Amino acid sequence: MTPLRIALRVAGAVAAGVTVALLVLPVVALVLHTSPGALIASLAEERTLQALRLSAITSLVSLLLVVTVGAPTAVLLAGRRFRGKALLETLITLPMVLPPTVAGLGLLLAFGRAGLLGGTLSQFGVTVPFTTLAVIVAQTFVALPFFITAATSGLRAIDLRYLEAAATLRASPWHRTIRVTLPLALPSLAAGAAMGWARALGEFGATITLAGNLPGRTQTMPLAVYFALETDLDAAVALAVLLLAVSFAVLLAVRASPLHAGPAGASRPRL
Amino acid sequence: MLASIMMPPPVWCIAGAVLLTACSREQAPLDSDRVLTVFAAASLVTAFDSLGEVLERRTPDLGVRFNSAGSQQLARQLAQGAEGDVFASPDERWMRFAVERGLVEEPEVFARNRLVVIFARRPELETMQLVNLASPGLKLVLAAPEVPLGRYARESLRKLSAAPGFGPDFAARAEEGAVSLEDNARSVLAKVRLGEADAGIVYGSDVAPGDTAVRVVAIPDPFNVDVEYHIAVVKAARDTAAARGFIALVRGAEGQAILERYGFLSVPPASR
Repeated sequence: MTPLRIALRVAGAVAAGVTVALLVLPVVALVLHTSPGALIASLAEERTLQALRLSAITSLVSLLLVVTVGAPTAVLLAGRRFRGKALLETLITLPMVLPPTVAGLGLLLAFGRAGLLGGTLSQFGVTVPFTTLAVIVAQTFVALPFFITAATSGLRAIDLRYLEAAATLRASPWHRTIRVTLPLALPSLAAGAAMGWARALGEFGATITLAGNLPGRTQTMPLAVYFALETDLDAAVALAVLLLAVSFAVLLAVRASPLHAGPAGASRPRL
Repeated sequence: MLASIMMPPPVWCIAGAVLLTACSREQAPLDSDRVLTVFAAASLVTAFDSLGEVLERRTPDLGVRFNSAGSQQLARQLAQGAEGDVFASPDERWMRFAVERGLVEEPEVFARNRLVVIFARRPELETMQLVNLASPGLKLVLAAPEVPLGRYARESLRKLSAAPGFGPDFAARAEEGAVSLEDNARSVLAKVRLGEADAGIVYGSDVAPGDTAVRVVAIPDPFNVDVEYHIAVVKAARDTAAARGFIALVRGAEGQAILERYGFLSVPPASR
């Protein structure tokens, strides 16, 4: 090996080391701080189960909403050019830079009882603040940009020659979407969905601002961790580690599944 | 990245001193030769800003900066070795935590506070009184039982249950009907001020005199709670003299007048 190559390798190893230290060490520290006994004790508490259940339900409903409205939006953004597209794309990603509590305030001013849409919503008998619906609205709000960003770049990366080939074989537009575009885009859609779900599960600031905190109704796992910190550090860490364990299992499963196979993998379009 | 977005803010705060500044509000007049760092509970921020200015005027070579957060966060930051000179808190439990761990010297009382009930400015709420806090359908927000304000509010509600006309189950009904248990007084105030909640219980010092965005209803003394604020010199202080100077100012006549202006109750000279 040339000295330059050795130097590059060393630099790469150092960079990877810094990455691992920064991203993994805090998680390791949390896991080391707790014990299996503390985790089991935490799981035995009604409040923990309530928060886990609420987090599971709300994050999955949010994920469903995110994919339902996010996927067509991503198709629109990845497709042809139109006026104001750059503006629209920027606006869609803007929530990612908003501090979550500010996002929550914005949501409150928009969908709250006294907010912009408050009057309209109450005519339909819908009240958002302090409800489980508010938790879902907050989670969907923060997760949507993550999903759309990942899905759009995945859709853009599709080699158009596949679609052209399908068209020359007289596949209908619907057929092309289902049998060509979707399989090719699936890995990035799955990655975007996993990111969005993780973001929804960890959502804290917008939730506490829009939905408040009430065990069983709006107290999700991150809120339960926050309030446990007020009284008992060890209980809070145990709760946080539970949340980490659940997320780790799900994200690892997504990564290991065939859905996540890269573009060079098995998902070559079949007509 | 995933780990960081899945952690709620307080976990970062205690994760490392690096993040300390990210989680706290600081003013840093770094051009001064000496810097006094005051760890002050969130409810003290505005009053302490004024007190800091007074001390800086008196001692031109001294800069005063504040690290403000919940009492528990501040106490834990001190326990983790965060550099502070003074610790001030309305939460006796976390002050005791700091004393027991040998983090601070003997604390002294420097101010008192009371609870008030606030109602949102909505026509249907204009006639509401204390007894209505347990009315069905009223959107009441309380502070969570885990934070000092939440404990004080519950204590006051329990005392009100003994008042004529409130009924022995008053406190239970009010707590049962609460739509949210917030993390601090500012959040309770924000929800009522925005008109999203109907009513809340906060510290008297949280509502500025002449604030018309909410309607304030006083809780009579027998049913109120005497909240005491303690202040102490941090044992590991870099500038013990400046720390003592700040505490003397806070407990002196001028400091007490400033605290009163921000809605706190002064402490009688005998106990100072």
